[in-house]
Amino acid sequence: MTNAETAQVVLRLDRITKRFGALTANDAVSLDLHRGEVVALLGENGAGKTTLMNILFGQYTADSGRVEVMGRDLPPGHPRAALAAGVGMVHQHFTLADNLSVLENVTLGTEPLWRWRAEDAAARARLARLASDFHLSVDPDAKVGSLTVGERQRVEILKALYRDARILILDEPTAVLTPQETDDLFVTLRKAVSNGLSIIFISHKLHEVMEIADRVVILRHGRVVAGMATAKTDRHALAAAMVGSEVSAPRVAPGTPGVALLQLRAVRTPDRGNAPGLKDVTLDLRGGQITGLAGVSGNGQAALADLIGGLCIPDTGRLDLDGACPVEWSPRVAVESGLARIPEDRHKTGTIADFSLTENAILESYHKAPMSRSGWMNWRQAEAKTRAILTGYDVRCPGPDTPIRLLSGGNMQKLILGRVLEANPRIILANQPVRGLDIGAVNYVHEQLLKARDRGAAVLLISEDLDEIMALSDVIHVMSEGRLSPEFARGTMTPADLGLWMAGHGFDEGLAHAS
Amino acid sequence: MRLEPITNPSLARNILPPFLAIAITVSVASLLAMLAGANPFAVLGLILKGAAGSKFAMLETLNRATPLIFTGLAVAVAFRARLWNIGAEAQLYAGALATVVFGTGMLHWPAMALLPTLAVAALLAGALVLLIPALLKVRFGVDEVVTTLLLNFIFLLFVSMLLEGPLKDPMGMGWPKSERLIAAARLPRIVEGLRLHWGFTLALLAAAVVWLIDQRTTLGYEMRAVGLNRAAARFAGIPVNAVLIKTALLSGGLAALAGFSEVAGVKGSLTLDLSPGFGYTGIIVAMLALLNPLGVVAAALFVAGIFVGADSMSRAVGVPTYLADIMLATALLLMVLAILLTRFRVVRE
Amino acid sequence: MDFLDVLLSASFWAATIRIASPLIFATLGELICERAGVLNLGIEGIMVAGAFAGWMAVYSGLGLWPGVAVAMMVGMGFGLIQSLLTVPFGLSQHVVGLGVTLLATSATYYAYRLALPEVTSPPKIVPFRPWEVPVLSDIPLIGPALFAQTPLTYLAFLLVGVVSLVLYRTPLGLALRAAGENPAAVAAQGLSVTGLRMGAVIVGSGLMAVGGAFLTMSAFDSFFFEMVNGRGWICIALVVFGAWKPGKALLGAVLFAAFDALQIRVQQTALGSDIPYQIFLMTPYVLSILALIVMSRRAEVPAALMVAFNKGER
Repeated sequence: MTNAETAQVVLRLDRITKRFGALTANDAVSLDLHRGEVVALLGENGAGKTTLMNILFGQYTADSGRVEVMGRDLPPGHPRAALAAGVGMVHQHFTLADNLSVLENVTLGTEPLWRWRAEDAAARARLARLASDFHLSVDPDAKVGSLTVGERQRVEILKALYRDARILILDEPTAVLTPQETDDLFVTLRKAVSNGLSIIFISHKLHEVMEIADRVVILRHGRVVAGMATAKTDRHALAAAMVGSEVSAPRVAPGTPGVALLQLRAVRTPDRGNAPGLKDVTLDLRGGQITGLAGVSGNGQAALADLIGGLCIPDTGRLDLDGACPVEWSPRVAVESGLARIPEDRHKTGTIADFSLTENAILESYHKAPMSRSGWMNWRQAEAKTRAILTGYDVRCPGPDTPIRLLSGGNMQKLILGRVLEANPRIILANQPVRGLDIGAVNYVHEQLLKARDRGAAVLLISEDLDEIMALSDVIHVMSEGRLSPEFARGTMTPADLGLWMAGHGFDEGLAHAS
Repeated sequence: MRLEPITNPSLARNILPPFLAIAITVSVASLLAMLAGANPFAVLGLILKGAAGSKFAMLETLNRATPLIFTGLAVAVAFRARLWNIGAEAQLYAGALATVVFGTGMLHWPAMALLPTLAVAALLAGALVLLIPALLKVRFGVDEVVTTLLLNFIFLLFVSMLLEGPLKDPMGMGWPKSERLIAAARLPRIVEGLRLHWGFTLALLAAAVVWLIDQRTTLGYEMRAVGLNRAAARFAGIPVNAVLIKTALLSGGLAALAGFSEVAGVKGSLTLDLSPGFGYTGIIVAMLALLNPLGVVAAALFVAGIFVGADSMSRAVGVPTYLADIMLATALLLMVLAILLTRFRVVRE
Repeated sequence: MDFLDVLLSASFWAATIRIASPLIFATLGELICERAGVLNLGIEGIMVAGAFAGWMAVYSGLGLWPGVAVAMMVGMGFGLIQSLLTVPFGLSQHVVGLGVTLLATSATYYAYRLALPEVTSPPKIVPFRPWEVPVLSDIPLIGPALFAQTPLTYLAFLLVGVVSLVLYRTPLGLALRAAGENPAAVAAQGLSVTGLRMGAVIVGSGLMAVGGAFLTMSAFDSFFFEMVNGRGWICIALVVFGAWKPGKALLGAVLFAAFDALQIRVQQTALGSDIPYQIFLMTPYVLSILALIVMSRRAEVPAALMVAFNKGER
């Protein structure tokens, strides 16, 4: 470890601010990186880490603030400039072309376009040397599409090293690696440091951060909330700082659990690309209870939501409603059976942007009376229903004919809420229901979910926000890499405990908790 | 450069781009007219006069608009659901074929029964023709653009084969032509002595029906949902594949009615030159109408007017009629750009 | 004439190669566009425009090769329109392509009528003459087929090699292939996706126009309406059939041309007089559809084909 105080500052981010509409992703973030240092950028999803690094790499332009690399201002908005300045990025979602070989992906853009690639031999030799120097074994002629995720990441890293990166940014690199691969990665990173590189490492995995980083910077809601040397702290302090030291006291009366309305037994679904499928998931959703599902996004929540929402069926295992396996399973069957779904992405799958509020409100009910009869739409009924939702759920808008894209996120979500809750569902699947919403809308949504619970509904709350999960849930599961943790009763787990499970520890270490 | 969505477009933002699109189109036409050695104002004036300057002209425009309304509707219905039906030409000939197969003597019914039967037969024929590419798309993921296009050529050859074979008119002096329709199979004139036939009313009726389906039925709602956001439609439980198939049947049927109308209302028999590209022009009509069924009527009248006017202008001053096609192609390209610019701002990076 | 006799005749294979040549140019052109991620439906119209432009240039006094250059530049002009609307503005590649085809076709017909208003039968130019390669053209069967063609045919075959070389052995080709697969990968390496895609469409359109020019300057010697007759659309199917690879596309073009040459000859046989000639004319189109069905099930499509790239989109 180098003496961070006296080593040269190779990178300085100075009060970087970036807004997307009403959302402030980065709020005056400042960060220094010294030569030969490994700094971990820690924070929950939505804390602003990836946005910050995208600004550094030139894929976004900051609204205000400066970036200095090796003492020189970095022109914003162009990856070319960042690359030329010696900044290399290993993206979370790899920027690789599957149809090309490893060598081709690495050399892409490194040679002037108007040349014959006679430098093939030189490029190979260079790649081979880098691979051995940095402990990254690859077959240069293998098609990237055929590589495993761990191998692909090595290619991403080699891309940066090939371009003489002096500063290496890695965005959640271990999120997709096995423990063995993670060890290999750390060997690579240590070799990089001994070669004079400086590293920023985005992660939420605390034990890895403790192992590899010299310093930790913690982001929450777009702001830097803490920064410390790893030598002077430990996992639990980091977890607390990451999720907020307020252990959310249950300000919510507990629910009275009834029978299990929906049950999953040893369900398996296939992986889809980078998104893991369900691995042997067993789950009970009881009426009168909110079941919270915590976990880092991308760990199988989408597969679970798709399954329960009627968009797919299990490969093996079973799904039971009221103790019986449904003959048919589709979104319509699910809705008919009293299941309500609040989709994860209100723009992509929840609403149709150019449709009016009325047209959106009847998306799941248009085919039955009173919205239509024998194929004829009854728009008057539809509008009346919509107006009821607008008043009943406090949707602020000019009127039911407004195109929904003009509404704020909060009002859109309230309409979706009204649409699904009007049918008095017995089971509610709420997938990131308050993502991107302001405080007022958040409280409103939570209120509605609690009311539904008190009426006897079973609520499955999937959320990346641990505060939310802890405040609302009667029981909590954690999801990691498609696996479901045992059930934790309210009040038995601290945020730090859950943070460890979220990072995959409980599963690997076989920590037993009473269900 | 980057495109940024505009949340609350001003009135100017909504009007200026389309206006400029039309202005540029007219300028291009003027330039081309000058290249032909003619006075641009005279050319444009003659086009206007030829389209609507006399009772005869207006009737001619309405006549020419009739098949365009049908094909325009067909394309609009399909494009609305993001089903790229470029095969309206083949569907049109399918309708014409059905009309001729049943209307040249196979059925000796009075007109009141025969005409609707022929129309239905045409509808079914056109629906069947588009069904094939639609099934290929839904089952195998084959892009329907190329399949519908190629089917145009295949079907025309098929018609040619029939016209030189089983459907050949023995009195036709060797030309590939079908027999003439019996009297009961002819669409009567709306007013005696004028060229305008009941096909035009049928076209207006079709537009009204399509509008009704679009606005008042569950199918119309489903088609719009599937076209605007297939993922959201699927999430909500709308049967996307079934909707696409139904859309194909409706679209193919509408295009086929254009064939029925031309054979039964204008030509009286089937020849290979029945359609000077009505199926393709229907695409322009649909796009200019922004895929709106009532807009299709207006756009069809506009496009027909340009063609009829250009024909008449060409006879008068000799500027080639293709000026009309150039104007329409330019208008189409500029219009899609203009519509984008009413909703997005261009930002330099 | 027996079926086998047809297949073994030198004139059949010579005709096949001749018929394949415009298809090769246009298919290569479309392949370049699609490899970079852009579907170019303007191909049919651009071929018409190229056919006329090249022929007209020669008719007006230019030499044959300058005429080909003129055709190419006209094609590139339409390619610029197509790429401008679909790449930076991200407009529907379907609609823009069809619009460009209509524009190019009608502009061509207009120009033709302006240039030659009073003609009843189309005037002729002196087209490319076959150039026999010494020694090689004397080889039985393949000699006349491969080595006694016009220079444009030799150029077509040469271009297959050139396009292959550029696509697979140069940094530019690498960038193009990446742009059609994952534009984010291209952008992350500091290259311009817009520049690459537009360049590909412009160059590809130039090639398509040369394919059209082949018809008027090599295969025939005059321009007439309905000359291209759907060849452009067939080339789109050929790109799929060739799995977006130049060598395989060449094979597909030759195969299709063989069918075309065959149907002309088989019509003259005993078998041929029983089957209506339209059936033969249909076969290329039907085969194209079959090729699409077969190939659509394989996942070799450039993954980012028809997907507009919006840099830094959230």
